[in-house]
Amino acid sequence: MIEFITSLVPADIAAHAPALLIGVPLILAPLAAMMPNGRLAWLISIFATGFSLVMAIVMLAQVRSVEGGAVISYAMGGWLPDAGIEFRIDALNSMILLLVTTIGFLATIFGWPSIKAEIREAKRAMFMSAYLVCFLGLCGVAATGDAFNLFVFLEISSISTYVLVALGATRDRRALPASANYLMMGTIGASFFVVGVGFLYAATGTLNMAELAERLQDAQNNKAVLAGYAFILVGLGLKAAMFPLHQWLPNAYAYSPSFVTMFLAATATKVALYALVRFLFTVFGLEFSFEGSTLVWILMPMGIAAMVACSFQAVFQTDVRRTLAYSSVAQVGYMLLGISIGTAAGVSAGLFHLVNHAVIKGALFMALAGVVLTYKGTTLNDFRGLGRSAPWTMTAFAIAAVSLIGVPLTAGFQSKVALGTALFENGWWWGVAVVMFSSLLAVIYMGRILEAVFFRAPINPNKKRKEAPLLILIPLWILALANIWIGVQGGFVAGLADDAAASLFIGGAR
Amino acid sequence: MLEFILERGNYWAIIGLMMIGLYICFAATNLIKRLIGLGLFQTSIVLFYVSLSRVDGGTAPILFGADWKKAKGYGEESHGGDHAADASASAYDSAHAYTSGGLENVYSNPLPHVLMLTAIVVGVATLAVGLATIVRIREAYGTVETDEIREMDLDVAIAEAADEAEETQAANGTV
Amino acid sequence: MNGDHHVILRVVAKALIPIISVFGFFVHFHGEYSPGGGFQAGVILAVAIILYSLIFGIAPCMRAITPGFARTVAAFGLFLYAAVGFWALAMGGNFLYYDALFREAPGGHLGQHVGIIVIELGVLAAVAGSMVAIYYAFAGRVSEIRDEDW
Repeated sequence: MIEFITSLVPADIAAHAPALLIGVPLILAPLAAMMPNGRLAWLISIFATGFSLVMAIVMLAQVRSVEGGAVISYAMGGWLPDAGIEFRIDALNSMILLLVTTIGFLATIFGWPSIKAEIREAKRAMFMSAYLVCFLGLCGVAATGDAFNLFVFLEISSISTYVLVALGATRDRRALPASANYLMMGTIGASFFVVGVGFLYAATGTLNMAELAERLQDAQNNKAVLAGYAFILVGLGLKAAMFPLHQWLPNAYAYSPSFVTMFLAATATKVALYALVRFLFTVFGLEFSFEGSTLVWILMPMGIAAMVACSFQAVFQTDVRRTLAYSSVAQVGYMLLGISIGTAAGVSAGLFHLVNHAVIKGALFMALAGVVLTYKGTTLNDFRGLGRSAPWTMTAFAIAAVSLIGVPLTAGFQSKVALGTALFENGWWWGVAVVMFSSLLAVIYMGRILEAVFFRAPINPNKKRKEAPLLILIPLWILALANIWIGVQGGFVAGLADDAAASLFIGGAR
Repeated sequence: MLEFILERGNYWAIIGLMMIGLYICFAATNLIKRLIGLGLFQTSIVLFYVSLSRVDGGTAPILFGADWKKAKGYGEESHGGDHAADASASAYDSAHAYTSGGLENVYSNPLPHVLMLTAIVVGVATLAVGLATIVRIREAYGTVETDEIREMDLDVAIAEAADEAEETQAANGTV
Repeated sequence: MNGDHHVILRVVAKALIPIISVFGFFVHFHGEYSPGGGFQAGVILAVAIILYSLIFGIAPCMRAITPGFARTVAAFGLFLYAAVGFWALAMGGNFLYYDALFREAPGGHLGQHVGIIVIELGVLAAVAGSMVAIYYAFAGRVSEIRDEDW
């Protein structure tokens, strides 16, 4: 299928894929803002995200065309690195880009009924425009090879995210403090990151990440580099909702419009986590990251704390959105645990789980948006008996839920097995125990929801219930079937993750 | 020791500002004050980058005098090359000429200034979005004090939980 | 008009606003040779509009330059910026590669000149438009705050 899509794209366009991936949403976002009504803006967004998806597939094919993974370097404005801004696509970038664009495309298709219900008509065109800007910002983070450019794209996506979250106020006013809180935390995180980049620039005199990696080899014990490392770790940790820095996430997810929640849950923290991995393994390199066991003493305990503490918190929520939001933080813990192992297998497992979690949470929040649309409520009681009145929506929800728990033949199982294997190989058998324990908690919190959905009678049988519209069901089922497909035949995604991890480690050993 | 401290006066000032900004961000209950703290924090970062760019005795990085004429001639020469790579490579050289010492005058490093121009724009955008959110909070809650907002939200959450519990009980009783 | 306290302000502003606007464009077009450029010019232009609204009231200002128009200008600025990038792509260069704009022979500088001026025009429109839009967003809400709240 990749070959087929690639063969449709002319060579001229394929050569400029990295620029077009960002450029098409960039030029269509203002156009969407100028549209007289939301529907046109939505159609423009579908085109933009779909085009980006094709470009991401083309780049994936280009990267995979060479054994061991090619590196596409694109000089913006014809300025060669390291004077100019370079877009640098290797196996890891192409994987993240594919993930973001796929989720973005499906989210845009599914979004319309949800947006129509939750956003006022006058704001819809601007809403779609803000969404496109957020999308291009996330793609930019995943594509750029320049440390400061990464900050700019991170802020482009974050600032539009604050706006998108705040627009949930039409449904619940608590979206506003959530957005303000997210804005404070997010800006502090990005500022920390930029201070760190400043230290690196002071120590090396370059901002290009590949060049930084090379020059940092000679500056291992430089105090400025150490300070920069700390700032970048905390800054990106905030953006990625690393355990003690996750306070902004539950409220932001719970009160934003359902469409935004779905898109953010599946992409935003993932992209920030990608940036963290990129800095830890490519820019600083293995020797640096493991010096003084930073990873083992920071990332690993934080990951485990997230897995246990946030899973517990998820168990005690009565609102399904909040349950899923806390579960998201817990799942970030799995990824951090995988990354903190520091072996190729560990990082690959972490990245594999990153993709799977995006697919799982995407499906869960899509089904949730369907429930919000038809039933206007997201508490556990609202979910009672939905299995009978909306079987298609809820079956997809259930598939994603068991995948989140890690039942065999689902995506979650595959990545947990990969994570467990990597932990065992490294001798961290207790890590496997923690993964098991956390999965058990997942059984409890997802089980409560599933029990309400399938085995309880609806509280108010007179209230009208129906299936979610087709526009939601189709992307939802695509994601749900993707869960099973990855679970049964996980080779493709696991292969992507392996290539990505391998490219990181070749970079680190340079 | 004193010399060590005094030599780094700019960094002390920057770190001081940064910590004041962060402290306001965390300690203030008024949302506007928090945004002011955030602004202070971002400004200290601008100062940090600008002080990085300083070169002893350097002026603003705009070519003047003999340098300007030289750069003009250099630019025209460089476009003799056919390939895009040549042109950008020579542009790279002239952009980095301040380090090569081929210039008559000393200039400070322009790159951090440009970066900070971007960062200032990001800061302005953040501030505008933040203030707009606060205006909406003021309209929705009638206050901009975070503790009061939290209390109101807590009341709502407690009421919701009570409703939920009642509902559950009623449902379990009838089923 | 006798009771008008702001007569001096009004007269001075009437004289200043055109000058400020012209200065804005000067900063923009001279930005190639001196400090300046679209960003500063955009702010100066927006300042002219904001000064007008401060002195003559926000309602007449919103009639002259509607909030929708300000937003459209801001969006158009971004569009212009991206359009130059695509123009360069269409001419076979990299994204935003000015030398490719006119496919000129080596040594030609037209692409560089035109490219940067158009880009900066986009920046000017985006900055001026969004500054005015932000100002409207805040100033337009004043009437909703009651007197006792101050």
